[in-house]
Amino acid sequence: MSSVVAKAGLEIRNVGKLFTQPGKGDFRALDDVSLFIKPNEFFTLLGPSGCGKTTLLRMIAGFEYPTEGEIRLNGDEISDLPPYQRPINTVFQNYALFPHLTVDQNIAFGLEMLRRPKGEIDKTVDEMLRLVKMTEMRGRKTSQISGGQQQRVALARALAPHPKVLLLDEPLSALDLKLRKEMQIELKRLQHETGITFVFVTHDQEEALTMSDRIAVMSAGKVLQVGSPRDIYDHPANRFVANFIGETNFLTGTVLSAAPGRADIKLGTGAVIAAGVPDGMTPAGEVTVVVRPEHAVITDPETAAVKGTVDTVVYFGTDTHYHLKLDSGAPFTVRQQNRRGREVHLAAGQPVGIDIPGGVAQVLRD
Amino acid sequence: MSALQRSTAKRDAGIDRVSRLLTLPSLAIIFVFGILPLVIMLVYSFLKPAAYGGVEWEFSTEAYVSFFFTQDIFDETLTFNPDYLSIYLRSFVFAVGTMIACLLLGFPTAYFIATRPAHQRQWWLLLVTIPFWSNLLIRTVAIMLIIRDEGLVNHWLINLGVIDRPIVMLYTNFAIVLGLFYSFFPFMVLPLYTSLEKLDFRLVEAGFDLYATRGRVLRRIIIPLAKPGIVAGCLLVFIPALGAYVTPLILGGGTHLMIGDLIAQQFGSSRNWPLGAAQALILMSGVLVALFFYARNTAGKGVGHGR
Repeated sequence: MSSVVAKAGLEIRNVGKLFTQPGKGDFRALDDVSLFIKPNEFFTLLGPSGCGKTTLLRMIAGFEYPTEGEIRLNGDEISDLPPYQRPINTVFQNYALFPHLTVDQNIAFGLEMLRRPKGEIDKTVDEMLRLVKMTEMRGRKTSQISGGQQQRVALARALAPHPKVLLLDEPLSALDLKLRKEMQIELKRLQHETGITFVFVTHDQEEALTMSDRIAVMSAGKVLQVGSPRDIYDHPANRFVANFIGETNFLTGTVLSAAPGRADIKLGTGAVIAAGVPDGMTPAGEVTVVVRPEHAVITDPETAAVKGTVDTVVYFGTDTHYHLKLDSGAPFTVRQQNRRGREVHLAAGQPVGIDIPGGVAQVLRD
Repeated sequence: MSALQRSTAKRDAGIDRVSRLLTLPSLAIIFVFGILPLVIMLVYSFLKPAAYGGVEWEFSTEAYVSFFFTQDIFDETLTFNPDYLSIYLRSFVFAVGTMIACLLLGFPTAYFIATRPAHQRQWWLLLVTIPFWSNLLIRTVAIMLIIRDEGLVNHWLINLGVIDRPIVMLYTNFAIVLGLFYSFFPFMVLPLYTSLEKLDFRLVEAGFDLYATRGRVLRRIIIPLAKPGIVAGCLLVFIPALGAYVTPLILGGGTHLMIGDLIAQQFGSSRNWPLGAAQALILMSGVLVALFFYARNTAGKGVGHGR
């Protein structure tokens, strides 16, 4: 790819961050991270706390500077620009609303700093208040509105200057479950209506799966996998991703035969299953395969290739989780939807068979 | 009324009585050391001076009249005399100058301390307050030694060849303001530090994120949020600086009088206690009026900002 041609979007190229702490040794927060975030994309940085996702976000915002690599926006290098020269705004985790200003003054702040004409500021503030449904609250102090309303004001404040990229640093973590679900839908709507690129940081895998166009899974300062939610869920590249995103079962087996994209695996129990293979990998010998709990089906122990016994049964309302113990001794979970007239009644200690349909299993890289 | 309610009511009344009793000592202290001296001053200011200090118990407004006017010895006509008022004006200018100097240097100092790692801050604060540990008089004399004609500053400047004749600093207005600044600097830094320390620096980041440059973050975010500390610091410096006594006496050489010296003179060499009391009360009412207008002004602004 030629760097002469300006590429629209946010490009993070071989970015690293080394914190030097006197007396404590160095700490590498980010290690050779490369990402390309397309215009109008809802892109999520997902990972456990301390994985470097917030550091990366702060570098895009301009609060931290990379020690290696560069960040480009629509082809222009922005790595060394101060935050106030980047057309990028942030929704902070704790909202960071200005307590000495009212709701509308908060929203107008960025536009005032850009020295936009008064008429334009007023118009945009009205528009933003409507967009986040806060028109009635415009004269309130930020301490006089609820957490969910503060969240909306923070969004409106960051969207008002029409940034090229909006950064969101775990903006929903302080909200209760119901409000969080509402705001997830709200955020998707806002992103759709404004057409702005959203870079969203979260440690909540469910939030990432439901909202994102693409997800980058991060751990210990590295990007482990980038892909659509479906990609990442169905075809995790390694054990960390498989484990971090959703529940999963790990099985070990030997490769019988491998073709590009798929392989036949002989499990320890003797059963042979067809599994997907990550791009560019040629599996051989001992491998680990993952099977999502909802993809496996409980069947008759007489005919099934994989056999086990029921350990515990946990009822979740919409579905039931069956924690099984395979004959090989490994644990295995099966999740089944509770549909009227199709309930399966299983008791602890009861022998069962497990059917793993072709293609639902996935070989891991490590 | 049930027995339970009755006993609760009785207990409440008992608690009320006990808490009223418990406030008595503090009320007594306020009365004896706060209100009583003011009343004595007010009464004395309307009496006649006795020849060797003290007062004669005879009603007179002479003290207030002589504050503004001089009486001709022969025909007893009153002519307006701004001498005392000019001393008040000078004190006011010195106090404002001291306050501004303290604010201009105190704000960066407090900001610096507030942005240090938490475990370092107490040491920096200690450094600011160390001068407090020695006597004001000794500190003031020390300044005198530093800035006098043969003092450290002139000595160095001459040795370095910057000047060839000493700069006269002692016994000037500059010396007084320098001394006041040095004495009251910690009173500015401590309240400023308290409000800057509470400042959420994520708000500063939010300001940068919303296109505010450093200067505008300072003006639009940090200063408005530190305002309670700025106001407290300014009052804590301005009011004592206005009535300062030792510093102007020593560093001004007795030629540049401030209010404090003037009042002290009435109770000392001039032996005119009523005039001294009147001068002190005029100073106090001036400060009270200023504070009143300030309070009303800021309260009004608060409404305008939707507070």
